[in-house]
Amino acid sequence: MLSKNDKIFKNIYGFSGFGLNVAKSLGDWDNTKSIILKGKDWILEEVKKSGLRGRGGAGFPTGLKWSFMPKELKDKPHYVVINADESEPGTCKDREIIRNEPYKLIEGILYASVAMQAHTAYIYIRGEFFNEYNALERAIKECYENGLLGKNILKTGWDLDIFVHRGAGAYICGEESALLESLEGKKGQPRLKPPFPANVGLYGCPTTVSNVETVSVVPEILRRGGSWFSSLGNDNNTGTKLFCISGHVNSPCTVEEEMGISLKELINKHANGVRGGWTELKAVIPGGSSTPLLPASMCNNLKMDFDSLKALKSGLGTAGVIVMNKSTDLIKAITRLSRFYNHESCGQCTPCREGTGWILKMMNRLCQGNARIDDIDKLNDVCSQVENHTICALGDAAAWPVQGLIRHFRGEIEKRILDNSLRKSAE
Amino acid sequence: MNLTEKSKFENFKFSKENSFLIDNILKKYPANQLGSAVMPLLDLAMRQCNGWIPEAAMKEVGRLINIPFIKVYEVATFYSMFNLKPIGKYFIQFCTTTPCWLNGSDDLLEACKKYLKIKCGETTEDGLFTLKEVECLGACVNAPMVQINDDYFEDLNKTNLIKLLNDLKNENKVKIGTQIIGRRGAEPFKNMEKNKNA
Repeated sequence: MLSKNDKIFKNIYGFSGFGLNVAKSLGDWDNTKSIILKGKDWILEEVKKSGLRGRGGAGFPTGLKWSFMPKELKDKPHYVVINADESEPGTCKDREIIRNEPYKLIEGILYASVAMQAHTAYIYIRGEFFNEYNALERAIKECYENGLLGKNILKTGWDLDIFVHRGAGAYICGEESALLESLEGKKGQPRLKPPFPANVGLYGCPTTVSNVETVSVVPEILRRGGSWFSSLGNDNNTGTKLFCISGHVNSPCTVEEEMGISLKELINKHANGVRGGWTELKAVIPGGSSTPLLPASMCNNLKMDFDSLKALKSGLGTAGVIVMNKSTDLIKAITRLSRFYNHESCGQCTPCREGTGWILKMMNRLCQGNARIDDIDKLNDVCSQVENHTICALGDAAAWPVQGLIRHFRGEIEKRILDNSLRKSAE
Repeated sequence: MNLTEKSKFENFKFSKENSFLIDNILKKYPANQLGSAVMPLLDLAMRQCNGWIPEAAMKEVGRLINIPFIKVYEVATFYSMFNLKPIGKYFIQFCTTTPCWLNGSDDLLEACKKYLKIKCGETTEDGLFTLKEVECLGACVNAPMVQINDDYFEDLNKTNLIKLLNDLKNENKVKIGTQIIGRRGAEPFKNMEKNKNA
């Protein structure tokens, strides 16, 4: 279990109150000036050393991503953009940072701006988070008033402006290039890559998009050293992580833990156990709705990190852990996700626009058992035609949960089909 | 109601207060990129027009930031938060995505429909409530939950949901956020009474 001393988010539930002074008393903005003055190369080096991987779902090494930006500021401005469009079902961690620990995010943006030579940053926050938006604006205003943002920050000569832009209800805008389109005032439809945002991003300028949690842990990394962060967790899966535990647990919660904690410990220690006890566990979606579910039989010694979950053909994603006990109709649970992806497809690529509809239709029939056994293979085939055939990962995300269900619970689907046909023939 | 609502905004102009806010919004973006302001301006127009965006307001937004009406329309129709039809005083967005569903959101939605005597997508006769089923609102450890206007109401069960609707109807003060007494937000909190999955 993560020791109190190694916790980064000491006020994640807001128990200590709100405001810059509270944040400072808990260690934020300590030594900021000297960190800025150590400069871009030092910051990049420490972030690389920490082994930090992006917390938005893909898990790409942060230091490496940040180093893709042009080394020097030339004729075009650089932008840091923060992805606060948290919309992946099962995920509600960035919300806690924004409403209770916004100063960590702001301080992290400051260091990121130095590392990437950007004097302007935008935070794209999901539109529904209205009160969170207000909390963030309040924190930013306070930082301006205290010389922590604006011109010549802490007399270091560094300038940074942060602006908050509200989304308006589109899951797809969590995809970084769709986010940039949206920020430019267009429909949020993903861009073809290359060119990558680090070369051609916001307004055609070099841009890096990073997740809220990723940026918020950077100040602590820079203060305590990359090697401190990398000493937590396992190789290639370092540091601490915010987990959101929802579904059939006795005490759903968001909690910071060490990367690589076992699922069992996570659920039992923090969420007060599975409803009905561990033996009642049926399946877990380990990292937000896009990650394929894992049956209880694979959960006993399950390590919650990127590589362990990838090895089981699932993923850590956003670490939104959705727990389902034996009372769950799994086919229905996954069908509800298929409906989500069908609703959120932006309509740009044919395989996703049409495919998510087909998947939903077939899943709806499987819920009733109103299908033939070989329809399951047909559904698998449709999923594989969508997967990897679209501009962005939404198509993949729509396919994965269904593929996971078929992989692990094919027997349950077949049983429903057989029961249904027996019932029909009896009538 | 719809007809009067619509004709009311035929000559839409931003109010004085909102024009002041617009000046500040435009400062967020580079001077040659004012198109970026289309979403915040549509949001402002929606707030001025009781929660929906009439066509006249889209035209005014386009005029202010110098982009064609059709581009504004394209954005207004793409994002689910922009209402293009009038709504009631309280706009209930009901989350039923898997984490909420696992905690009984289907039953809760039925109870809500029964109480309000409307279906999803409809407004009550008195114009007080509009009900809409929506996708994940990102408060999964406080499921099930709804958003009403700008606020989240979380950790719902039938009793506290109906009480909430009643309080809104009677203009009583309501508690925003979690409805569990003693819980603050996303921290672990043992709650034995929570709705079991159907």
